[in-house]
Amino acid sequence: MSTLSYKKFEDSDSGVLPDKMTVFQDCLQAFNASPVQAKRCRMLLARLLRLLYSGDSFPSTESTTLFFSISKLFQHKDVSLRQMVYLTIKELSKTSEDVLMVTSSIMKDAQNGDITYKPNAIRTLARVLDASTVNATERLFKNSVVDKNQSISSAALISSYHMLPVAKDVVKRWTNETQGTISASKVFLTSPVANHEQYGSQNLSSFIYQYHALGLLYHLRNHDKMALMKMIQSLSSNNVLKHPAALVQLTHYIAKVLETDSSLAGNFESYFEIALQNRSDMVALEAVKTIVTIPALSGLIVKAIYVLDTFLSAPRTVVRFAAVRLLNKISLTNPENIVVCNGSLEGLINDSNRAISTYAITTLLKTGNNDNVDRLIKTIAGFMDDISDEFKIVVIDSIRSLSLKFPEKHKSMLSFLNDRLREEGGFNLKNSIIEAIFDVIKFVPESRESCLEKLCEFIEDCEFTELAVRILHLLGNEGPKTSKPTLYIRHIYNRVVLENSIVRSSAVIALSKFALIGDASINKSISILLTRCLNDVDDEVRDRAALALKLLSTEKFDEARAFIDPGFSYSLPILEQKLAQYVNGDEESFNVPFDGSNIPKISEDEARAYEYKEKLNSIEESIQKESKQPKEEVSEFAKHNLLQQQYAQELSSIPELAAYGDLLRSSHVVDLTEKETEFVVTCVKHIFAGHIVLQFNVENTLTDLQLDNVTMVSEPDFEEFVEDFVAPIESLKPQTTGSTYVSFTRSETLEGCLFTNNLTYIAKEVDPATGEAAEGDEGFEDEYRVESVDIVPGDFIVPSFAGNFTSVWDSLPNPCSSVFNLSDAKGIADVVAKLIKDSSMSPCDSSELVGSHASHTLKLFGKSINNENIAAVIRFVYKESVGVMVKVEAKSVNAELGTFFANEIIV
Amino acid sequence: MGNFFSKIFNDLLGAKEVRILMVGLDNAGKSTILYKLKLGEVVATIPTLGFNVETVEYKNISFTVWDIGGQDRIRPLWRHYFLNTQAVIFVIDSNDRNRISEAREELQRMLNEDELRDALLLVFANKQDLPHSLNAAEVTEKLGLHSVKNRPWYMQAACATTGDGLYEGLDWLVNQLKHSS
Repeated sequence: MSTLSYKKFEDSDSGVLPDKMTVFQDCLQAFNASPVQAKRCRMLLARLLRLLYSGDSFPSTESTTLFFSISKLFQHKDVSLRQMVYLTIKELSKTSEDVLMVTSSIMKDAQNGDITYKPNAIRTLARVLDASTVNATERLFKNSVVDKNQSISSAALISSYHMLPVAKDVVKRWTNETQGTISASKVFLTSPVANHEQYGSQNLSSFIYQYHALGLLYHLRNHDKMALMKMIQSLSSNNVLKHPAALVQLTHYIAKVLETDSSLAGNFESYFEIALQNRSDMVALEAVKTIVTIPALSGLIVKAIYVLDTFLSAPRTVVRFAAVRLLNKISLTNPENIVVCNGSLEGLINDSNRAISTYAITTLLKTGNNDNVDRLIKTIAGFMDDISDEFKIVVIDSIRSLSLKFPEKHKSMLSFLNDRLREEGGFNLKNSIIEAIFDVIKFVPESRESCLEKLCEFIEDCEFTELAVRILHLLGNEGPKTSKPTLYIRHIYNRVVLENSIVRSSAVIALSKFALIGDASINKSISILLTRCLNDVDDEVRDRAALALKLLSTEKFDEARAFIDPGFSYSLPILEQKLAQYVNGDEESFNVPFDGSNIPKISEDEARAYEYKEKLNSIEESIQKESKQPKEEVSEFAKHNLLQQQYAQELSSIPELAAYGDLLRSSHVVDLTEKETEFVVTCVKHIFAGHIVLQFNVENTLTDLQLDNVTMVSEPDFEEFVEDFVAPIESLKPQTTGSTYVSFTRSETLEGCLFTNNLTYIAKEVDPATGEAAEGDEGFEDEYRVESVDIVPGDFIVPSFAGNFTSVWDSLPNPCSSVFNLSDAKGIADVVAKLIKDSSMSPCDSSELVGSHASHTLKLFGKSINNENIAAVIRFVYKESVGVMVKVEAKSVNAELGTFFANEIIV
Repeated sequence: MGNFFSKIFNDLLGAKEVRILMVGLDNAGKSTILYKLKLGEVVATIPTLGFNVETVEYKNISFTVWDIGGQDRIRPLWRHYFLNTQAVIFVIDSNDRNRISEAREELQRMLNEDELRDALLLVFANKQDLPHSLNAAEVTEKLGLHSVKNRPWYMQAACATTGDGLYEGLDWLVNQLKHSS
């Protein structure tokens, strides 16, 4: 009789839990009674279990009392009662003391007990054993693991798994038995229990012990890489594993192996090919997932995508979801590969499951290329009416990233965005649409006029003040640059007449910016319009109008321009830092006004280059939710600025440098030693107008040696560089870091140079007690060779943004090219990433995303420290036999820089 | 349903159920005695981690015998099984002269327990087959049983491996139980 026949006593579906104290009292009474009433005890145990399973628990003393009373039920032979006893002891073992009291009784059952409760006994045994008692069970577990009955075998395997943290050494003794179990063929228990619906169909349950054995074996072999490899390889090739869960687990393990050593990928290709065809969708999906994440398996990706395509029309929701999620992941790196699935993906757009349809759309948009983007947008426009606002925002964001990727397709995207703008929608939706249009204007300059027109139409009937203000600000900035500025003046002035005071005041500022065009007739009409504003009812509007009129009427027009349209913005993180310093300073510091002149100014182009990069990244990150890197709070741009600021401060403390002028550029940090050496040395290159300063950061990792008078002897291989001075570190205590500087006068031309470096110092023993060098210790002179430093083209370049790379490229003079062959490079993507870092230029047209493994073109744009444009087109071809072949073409206003770049960018 | 019939059956025939606690120091031979009574044969045992419980039918009485391990760490847990115990069987390793006083302490401590105040006491002086073992009188002396006045007690020399003395002990219990009812 199964325990479930007692369900009729309790309505388990009602959700009302039995009273805890009543259950406790009833249990004690019934379990201590003699003789034992099996039926009643079973019912009470069921109640107790319901409490425990619903998350309730008893304090230690009560739990222990219960445990001992339950142990008295071992005197009764009823099979079902015994099962219940085991289930309950398993739960109570977490909170009770002295649970070892039932060890002997359980072991007896586990060895000679009825087949019905034998597995329960084994599973409970693992919970009551401790390190001192586990030894006695070795034989029992060995016999159970190899038992022909798979319920018993599984129970023993799982119990062993649970005992690993307590007694790994003991569990190891049945490694061989476990190994044998994986390939053994076992019967499934055919007692009445097995026929119960909870156990599912026989097919699924048989072979489950393989999964359990595999999991245990992996942990037993974990320390031994060779044995582990052998196990994984033999299991993946001999087709022994039948259970889907076991196969999934094996796939996991293979993935782990390949993550550490991708050269083994070839051994597993046939395994993955078979796994993709497995009858179980779970196995196939896991195989696909591994193929997608392990680059070494990318040869199988086309087959994997084919499998995913068939899963997209699977009846089970979870399978469709898994498939579309994987496709989305592939679309981030290889969008062109999944175009074959577009038909199926479009079918999922209206899927009843929101998560699936969202993934389907974002994936579809990722697959967009020049040919199909228009059609995609049309498809999506077709169902926009059916979905909610928050979902629309997801779509708008995808469109936004798409428009940055395909600037030439902005027309259809704009009309899509514009249509959405006209529809009903809340603030968040409208805001995201406006953001999208702003981005298009910023990064696709040729779209400016049509965008502005659309926005003008929108503010004619805009219910959101915030949005109207933002749009007016944008109109003020962009309107004067268009061919028909007067058109916008009319739109803006309409706002002055019709809107609330907040909108009116921003409209006044926008109007004043049009006066900067310098057209006399426009200026005249603007003056008239602004004069009218002087009669406004609102103070702010009147003030702004008055200020604008005053600036316009001034003689020094350029000065006025600087106020109305500064053309740069301050670096906000540094401004904030400086202001905080000023405010927190002592009273005297308030005697002088805050000095804003030393806060770095960011020109619009620079800001855009960073913004563009961050936007592309952020959009990808937000979709790639499983991304492991925590989101950095400070943006890359701000960090870069802060670092630059920090360098400038440090350098200003050296008096000799005062005459050098502004710091033009600091390179990123270059390691000159391994990280584990006794002295860790890094270098930063600072470029000034006529000088170059090498900053060497030296870390003394020793505990018993102090370094005095630390200097770097740097010898340039190019005689145009003349050493000016050396700033030594006077004394470098154990486990501290210091910086020494070497300054050179550099040639006016932008040229490379190699500096060979030798660290010289006077070493003194340090008394560990005082931490000071012994007095009178003369020390001894010593030197330490570190790697050389190269001046590379990137040291003279800052990233900048080019909205239209092709036109910029065509306009630049002085082409220069060179060819390199990188035989030891692993793939194009690595080289591209390194080049972007080394060149310190900004990639254009999303060319930093490497789509194909065979070939790629990278487009870079930047400005030299003298503010001269430089652009580069770099082509890559990858062949396994020869590595990566690179052709660099550079063009620059400065011919020297172009040549330097083309020849030296790859060292 | 089965329970119901067996109960009527027992009532009609007067079959009684008796709860017995069998304790003693470790390695005294408790588990061997239990399975000798239960199965009639000597089984190889390992130190009992916890307890064994078996039902033994003898002379129309159903003895539920709780054989509880005697290791140091388990002795404090004996008390959990005192309730409703009608008789205590205390097993002594007669050959272990060194620990006889330790056994005496455990026995005295147990007899002072309130929950056991009505329980009969049967002592098996086990392992009589070994050459240097104490005889029953010596064990009685060493345990100080003569000072036990408040309950019926009985000392039985026994050998679990041969079965000698075991049923004599049970006979005493049967008589006492019939007497008391």
